[in-house]
Amino acid sequence: MDPVLLVASIMVSATPILLAAIGEMVVEKAGVLNLGVEGMMITGAVIGFAVAVSTGSPVLGFAGAALGAAVLSLSFGFLTQYLLSNQVATGLGLTLVGLGLSALVGASFEGVRAPGPGKLWIPGLAEIPVLGPMLFRHDFMVYVSLLLVAGVWAFLKYTRAGLILRAVGEDHESAHALGYKVVRVRMAAIFFGGACAGLGGAYVSLVRVPQWTEGMTAGAGWIALAIVVFASWRPLGVLIGAYLFGGVTVLQLNLQAAGTNVPVELLSMSPYLITIIVLVVISARGVHGAPGSLGRSFHASA
Amino acid sequence: MIRLEKRPQPSRLWTIVTPLLAVVLTMVVGGIMFALLGKPPLEAIRTIFWDPLFHPQFAGYSRPQLLVKAGPLILIAIGLSIGFRAGIWNIGAEGQYIMGAVTGAAVGLAFYPSESALLFPLMVVAGALGGWAWGMIPAILKTKFGTNEILVSLMLVYVAENILASASAGWLRSPEGMGFPGSRNFKQWPAVFNDELIANTGLHWGVLSALIAVIAAYVLMARHIQGFNIRLTGEAPRAARFSGVSPARIVFLCLGISGALAGMAGLFEVTGPAGQITIDFNSGYGFTAIIVAFLGRLHPVGILLAGLLMALTYIGGELAQLMLGLPGASIQLFQGMLLFFLLATDVFTNYRIRFAKRELA
Repeated sequence: MDPVLLVASIMVSATPILLAAIGEMVVEKAGVLNLGVEGMMITGAVIGFAVAVSTGSPVLGFAGAALGAAVLSLSFGFLTQYLLSNQVATGLGLTLVGLGLSALVGASFEGVRAPGPGKLWIPGLAEIPVLGPMLFRHDFMVYVSLLLVAGVWAFLKYTRAGLILRAVGEDHESAHALGYKVVRVRMAAIFFGGACAGLGGAYVSLVRVPQWTEGMTAGAGWIALAIVVFASWRPLGVLIGAYLFGGVTVLQLNLQAAGTNVPVELLSMSPYLITIIVLVVISARGVHGAPGSLGRSFHASA
Repeated sequence: MIRLEKRPQPSRLWTIVTPLLAVVLTMVVGGIMFALLGKPPLEAIRTIFWDPLFHPQFAGYSRPQLLVKAGPLILIAIGLSIGFRAGIWNIGAEGQYIMGAVTGAAVGLAFYPSESALLFPLMVVAGALGGWAWGMIPAILKTKFGTNEILVSLMLVYVAENILASASAGWLRSPEGMGFPGSRNFKQWPAVFNDELIANTGLHWGVLSALIAVIAAYVLMARHIQGFNIRLTGEAPRAARFSGVSPARIVFLCLGISGALAGMAGLFEVTGPAGQITIDFNSGYGFTAIIVAFLGRLHPVGILLAGLLMALTYIGGELAQLMLGLPGASIQLFQGMLLFFLLATDVFTNYRIRFAKRELA
């Protein structure tokens, strides 16, 4: 196995989960548990694909995917924030709606090829031997995802708005008492999370697979949720988690292609098994760092 | 200014009205969706909800199908609802269902071609144990390490799907199948075929078990101390702990029951309607059952009705696909919308809507 190719393909394989997970982390930091990531991702995948195919522009495809999934996420936001529905059940509902919606929209796109974004050739850096082809010859979304992680990190750590968002997530009663608009902050976070999940989905249908097939995200949204736990709700952790998972995925695919003696099914299930093992190790350590109000409904009645 | 005021107790009236309201809203929005797809909306709704029951030509076939589809949904949803009541979110019923089918079928196939009358009951037990064991994994990880059961049970669905793939292509593949994936066909093996108990009714062992599960769950939740403990754990976890209820025991109990019921459903399905272990014998019942559980308000009788309703959307959906060329995915969306509208209208159950002027601070 060529290590240069390996690192390059890990970056491609990790990007969709990284995008979805960083968005979900922001949502959870605001105290909302949105289990609809898988549904938003698959909706983003189909919208991104449809827009890219019909306009010929992958950039528009990504933009459409982000917007479409974000609008879908607002339905979750409306139900949980204004109608005070149970977040777990509503998130599941969102996933089921997203899977149905995407299959319906995508039916006419089966077998079509999408115009993928071309690879960028970053001048100067791309010519460096070994490191160049590894890191600096990817499509633009790989860099967008990395910038997004850095942006979220800086936002949460250094800005006043980031502080308010964390306060709303840690203790919504106190945040409310201080005069912050808990529901509005949460709606904004949910919208952002939806947009990120949409981008992640579009990355699957435009870059990783470049095709539309029903249910093609195959649990990536759930993995993204697991990675937020793995990361203990920290941006750097999300980055590490997504790249580790990307590494496992690429390795097992390479092993399958190489025709080892290990059964194919065992290799295919290994990313999910390893996710479980990692979750166990993280939970056993007992350090969680989950936001205090995570998953609890807020109602300013008192 | 619209204000929500929490009811001291959930409204009993609205508990019953909201599912009906959700169905009506789904029909309206679904009708709009069908119109957008260029299909006649009223005819589509009628084909889905009315024709399977009353159409002179199709009802004869589709009425029994209603029980065939509702059986596994109800069986799984009953198990899930017990866990949901306690705040234990088993989302991986699909995996438990698959593992029940695989272990049950494997035990049966090990005795091929035995005609013993004990074989089928043995397979049912093996199926229940397979599902139970698959449910124990998230239970053990949750109680021992505090691992989130939602994520673990879900990851295990993908693991189970791969085990199913390897079973149908490898170790359970029919030696007479000429190399094609898929196990021996249970329909050609009378001793274990889960046939209709009364011809042309759709009533097979799985449906009967579902009805028994409804009654048992009702007794458990309404009359038994464990049912009370389960409800208490869900509604007031701290109070439950103070009154000596062990949270770990509740986790094992709930995930065990739902795993075993899902596993049984899988075994009944694979020995009956599906007929053999194939890579896609499972038709997503494990996920649809989540909708059934909520639509039935986590109440056994409600789940019975919700299961029948959801079965109707399956059969009506197939009929609409056949008659009107409606895409199959629209039914999936239809079912998802139903859950969404139910959760949206649920606000009336727990809150009173007040129209009032904004108060001055």
